[in-house]
Amino acid sequence: MKKRWYDYLWIVELTYMLLGFFNILFAWLGMLFFCIPLIISIVWGTKGYCNRYCGRGQLFSLLGERFGLSREKDIPKWMKSKWFRYGFLIFFFIMFFQMLWNTYLVFAGVQDLRQVVTLLWTFKLPWHWAYHGTIFSPGVAQFAFGFYSVMLTSTILGMITMIMFKPRSWCVYCPMGTMTQLICKAKSRTNAPK
Amino acid sequence: MGTKKKRRAVVNGTVCVACGCCVKICPLSAIRIWRGIWAEVDPERCVGCGKCAKECPASVIEVQEVQA
Repeated sequence: MKKRWYDYLWIVELTYMLLGFFNILFAWLGMLFFCIPLIISIVWGTKGYCNRYCGRGQLFSLLGERFGLSREKDIPKWMKSKWFRYGFLIFFFIMFFQMLWNTYLVFAGVQDLRQVVTLLWTFKLPWHWAYHGTIFSPGVAQFAFGFYSVMLTSTILGMITMIMFKPRSWCVYCPMGTMTQLICKAKSRTNAPK
Repeated sequence: MGTKKKRRAVVNGTVCVACGCCVKICPLSAIRIWRGIWAEVDPERCVGCGKCAKECPASVIEVQEVQA
């Protein structure tokens, strides 16, 4: 099958993850990975981002299929249940807002900037070598550390399930995918002929 | 005369996450994602090769024998 430009977006994803090792402020670019799927689903009512442009999914496919890193086993039933998918989305939201709250505290001068990347919402890794100061408020950098933590954590979870189950198992419980599907469902219901 | 049977992919729409992996892999473009909600198989095009079923990360596609 002929490759299109968007079949190479895994390079963008990989570059993004690597840039965070050199300068944490690049983490802000990850907002695109959050906003584009939402815009596509809200405006067009499709999961066009997941279906075509998701570099993360492509990366998992590449590693799992081409490099043969996946066991290619079925994902457990509970993992594809609505309970787990919606539960994970809510959990993700709570953790995301907690990260935003921490960012606010730094902006407000109540809390000092913490140059750490938190993996799996628990393990704090020193990441000071990727911070070279900012001309803006330290809050800008705090958001970058927090956002990169979210991105790295989800990449790690995706990698684990890629190895254990099928390459794109992450897609089953990806909070962005669940959210955009919910938006599409709502939009389809609103647009349904009465 | 016996009835003709054909193999076709069948999607369990209630658990489909509409990721589109099946659309990408289908050599006959016989699957599309319906309104970002679930995958839909075109029964005219599908030959039941099973590539989509193997690819589906949620394993919600099955190849079944149906009346042609």
